Amino acid sequence: MSRMKKFRLFGRTRQLEGQIDDFLDKLSESTVMFRLGVRTYLNEGANGEFEQKLMAVNALESDADTLRRNIEKELYTHTLIPDARGDVLGLIETLDHVMNLFEGVLWAISIEKPDIPEEFTPGFKKLTDMVVQAADALVLAARAFFRTPHAVAGHNHKVIIYEKEADKISTRLKRDIFGSDLDLAHKMHLRNFVEQIDNVADWAEDVADRLAIYAIKRTV
Amino acid sequence: MELSILIFLSSGLFLGWALGANDAANVFGTAVGTRMVSWIMAAVICSIFVVLGAVISGAGTSHTLGKLGAITALPGAFMTALAAAISVYVMTKAGLAVSTSQAIVGGIIGWNLFSGQPTDTKILLTIASTWLICPVLAAVIAVILYKALRVTLRHAQLHLVRTDAYLRLGLLLAGAFGAYALGANNIANVVGVFIPASPFPELRLGGLTFSSTQQLFLFGGLAIAAGVLTYSKRVMMTVGGGLGRISPTAAFVAVVSHSIVLFAFASRGLEAWLLEMGLPTIPLVPVSSSQAVVGAVVGIAILQGAAGIRWRVLGTIVLGWMATPVLAGVICFLGLYFLQNVFTQKVF
Repeated sequence: MSRMKKFRLFGRTRQLEGQIDDFLDKLSESTVMFRLGVRTYLNEGANGEFEQKLMAVNALESDADTLRRNIEKELYTHTLIPDARGDVLGLIETLDHVMNLFEGVLWAISIEKPDIPEEFTPGFKKLTDMVVQAADALVLAARAFFRTPHAVAGHNHKVIIYEKEADKISTRLKRDIFGSDLDLAHKMHLRNFVEQIDNVADWAEDVADRLAIYAIKRTV
Repeated sequence: MELSILIFLSSGLFLGWALGANDAANVFGTAVGTRMVSWIMAAVICSIFVVLGAVISGAGTSHTLGKLGAITALPGAFMTALAAAISVYVMTKAGLAVSTSQAIVGGIIGWNLFSGQPTDTKILLTIASTWLICPVLAAVIAVILYKALRVTLRHAQLHLVRTDAYLRLGLLLAGAFGAYALGANNIANVVGVFIPASPFPELRLGGLTFSSTQQLFLFGGLAIAAGVLTYSKRVMMTVGGGLGRISPTAAFVAVVSHSIVLFAFASRGLEAWLLEMGLPTIPLVPVSSSQAVVGAVVGIAILQGAAGIRWRVLGTIVLGWMATPVLAGVICFLGLYFLQNVFTQKVF
């Protein structure tokens, strides 16, 4: 093999490594923006700052999409990591969906502007925090998959704990909503948002389950 | 060069071709099968290094084979190599694991019996014992290397993509070393029997002198390379399936272990160094490349709990092991009889 070829081989490696890291950075950033966006809405309503966070998540999701496509193309064009590329693609695609869910919640808030009575805002905040923590733990698990696969299980465990807590919070919140004096349409509107937010944690758990298998395959 | 000489050499070249077609897969099969290295890259590297190994380091094992039986007449050498080649062909067709090393030793003993030459039992025992030691040694080396590599990779915390890139390069380097070791160790099987009757005069090219034996080795090496380039692709593609699914890391360890073993049994430099250090030396004997790589893979499988081992396959390997030299010996004996009495050739 010529020196040029070797140099290019590692150049491509560095580039792909960078793209995967960038992708995970975008996901990590989007969890922060999502949390800030929901909090801004709950505290101040759909103001300019909220729209700014929505646009930020939107841009992050779009950048992540581009990165995902590049990673997929690179892996398949140059037959890189042949034994694990299916797993890597599966992981990247399911992680990408987490961002889609974040974006979906913020767009729904922006369009539908749900009227959330003050008594329910602490519940929504708690739920959002728990969901974001689940997503953050998932990002750590995904990062571990690429460098320290034996550490994935620890992060996955946290994803599962946060998901369970998010389920408890959402159940309590829905019970409170339907036990209140609001009219049925309002109750159903709020329930829709509770479920949409909680859905992110459910999805994070599903991804963590897949990731556990990928990691076992890597450590065997 | 007379045409008859080429005809007599043809059996050795055929054996070389068969060796290249089959054994290149031991060196590059897993790398190509797992798509870590392209076939064309593997074939080119393998061809170059097999020739280099044969010409530069091939003398040691040939010397040992020569001690087992110094075939003095070209027609006798022809039949010995042909008997080995036929045995390899028959055993391969029968689906049994086969080693050119064992075939050629069987052939030489057949010649010894026919010509009434005594067989040096000490040398024979040394050779036979290395056939047992070779896969075991490969397994031991593979276990040590695999453990060391796993610990290193765990601590290095390299990115998956980077590990993959390093493994690719590692597989290429290990393959080049493996091809060199294969050429050095197994060239004796291909043209070793022709050495005492070598027809080539010494050749001077500029300041370099190529001995008669080195020219023979070059021919044999080129025959192996021809086997690699023309017929190894399919064998390489299927070798992954034959050995069961193994990871690129395990593939890398298997190739390196195989290559270390073949090199250890071929290197005069290592022998001299061991002597200098006052350590026991490793006999320079042609060993089976296939058995070395199977030994290494079994070693790794045992380390992982022996779940992946197909004991039946191992059974056929041992069967092939015992049957090959016997078959080659019988074919050689009968062939020499015909060559002497029907074709009136001087076979010893």
